Amino acid sequence: MRLRIEALAHAYDGLAALGPLDLVVEPGERLAVIGPSGCGKSTLLGLVGGLLRPSRGRVLLEGEPPPGSLVPVAYVFQDFALLPWRTVEANVALPLEDRLGAAERRERVRAALARTRLSDFARAHPRQLSGGMRQRVGIARALVVEPGVLLLDEPLSALDAQTRELLLDEVLTLTRGATLVWVTHHLEEAVRVADRVVLLSARPGRIRTILPVPIPEAERGRPAALAELARLRLELWELLREDAQRAETALVVSGDALA
Amino acid sequence: MRSREIPFRGGGFAPERIPRVGALAFLLLLAAWEGVCRAGLVSLFTLPAPSRVLLTLLEMATSGELFFHLRASLGRLVLGWSLGALSGVAAGLAIGVSSLARSIGLPLVSALFPVPKIALLPLLILWLGIGEASKVATIALGTFFPIAIATASGVDQIPKSLVRMAQSFDLAPRAILAKVILPGALPGVLAGCRISSSIALVLLTAAEMIGAEHGIGALVLQAGHLMRSDRLLAGVVLLSVLGLAIGATIGALERRLLAWR
Repeated sequence: MRLRIEALAHAYDGLAALGPLDLVVEPGERLAVIGPSGCGKSTLLGLVGGLLRPSRGRVLLEGEPPPGSLVPVAYVFQDFALLPWRTVEANVALPLEDRLGAAERRERVRAALARTRLSDFARAHPRQLSGGMRQRVGIARALVVEPGVLLLDEPLSALDAQTRELLLDEVLTLTRGATLVWVTHHLEEAVRVADRVVLLSARPGRIRTILPVPIPEAERGRPAALAELARLRLELWELLREDAQRAETALVVSGDALA
Repeated sequence: MRSREIPFRGGGFAPERIPRVGALAFLLLLAAWEGVCRAGLVSLFTLPAPSRVLLTLLEMATSGELFFHLRASLGRLVLGWSLGALSGVAAGLAIGVSSLARSIGLPLVSALFPVPKIALLPLLILWLGIGEASKVATIALGTFFPIAIATASGVDQIPKSLVRMAQSFDLAPRAILAKVILPGALPGVLAGCRISSSIALVLLTAAEMIGAEHGIGALVLQAGHLMRSDRLLAGVVLLSVLGLAIGATIGALERRLLAWR
């Protein structure tokens, strides 16, 4: 599915937080969004996901959702957003309840847990899981509805560096074929996951540049590609550095875009 | 440079429950009380020995008088508390999720919560008569406010990302209420139940002292008038046991319903 963002802008209590910006995310494309702290990355994702009402502009979803899709746009949250009183399987089943019969629901949950290697933990509660496993539950819950577009709000930020490394490739494999918008503040992560990286300016976030990553995904982990990825990361950092320095000393306006 | 071992500076400030010490202290206190009475250091008329209080309780149980008073009190308590709790949870949920209900309800509940509800009993007697209704209403009022406040606070403490998550999957508002808000607010609701049960017990006793012939409060008051301190203390023991039983029931509910914490 294609995402078309038109003259999108958002303000919190009259204070401009984002945009206006125009952007098209092509079907199956992986788009990473980076920018200095407070530039409106999560706000952009909230607007695209319909969780925030735009002050101006609109977001269009074009094309047909995949067969069996129950929710065209699904979300993966930074803090996992798991219901702590539900087991892993019940968390994954949540979006299917009231939509599918018991047998189909069980089958979809079973398949999603198998894909995310969580089958052995179906009856566990979130508090019993490591951060990486909790995020795998969040990803399984997003995938179980067969979305056409997947929005990931800093999905690996709450994890330690090693878990992040392990989960990154796994998420890419799991989400192959879906249109992806991946918000992150890790430059390495952005160039590893994206077909294009959108760099936002300091608040109100506008598109400063869009950087294509011309390396096939399969080759990005290989030594030959590392130099090119490092060059792209450096290029992004050079563009970002001043804004990041300013943002680091600015007052916070809205702590949590979705709060 | 002289070397020395770094002294340990941590530890403490982390109290733990020592097994059996609490029960032992309680038994020692009872033994001391019994000893003081048997040694004739206090008048048995003003402070009967624990053994005397126990005997009185057994006599009252044998004659059926104890269960008669207990049944009357439990009936008022269960009815009043249930009415107050149900309406309190409903009001708390409304305050927690609706801007209109919050704008109207929160100042109202905050203003009325500190009013000692027993002060309203004479007014409730005027409105509802001296019978059961005024006592039940007093207990219901006393229960309503703490549960409403605790429930609203329980809803406030649910991370907003959980609600946004449910919305991101297009869950209907009713489903979000049933699957996210209500279970998420349960720790607050149960905390409100615990607080309000103690308040309900106080109000029950006070209401029964003001206008009842039966019930534990009436038993305690009548015993005082007749200077039967053994019966009076038997009533107090009964109230204490009732309070402990309610606390244990809520504790068991918390362990069962909040096992995920």
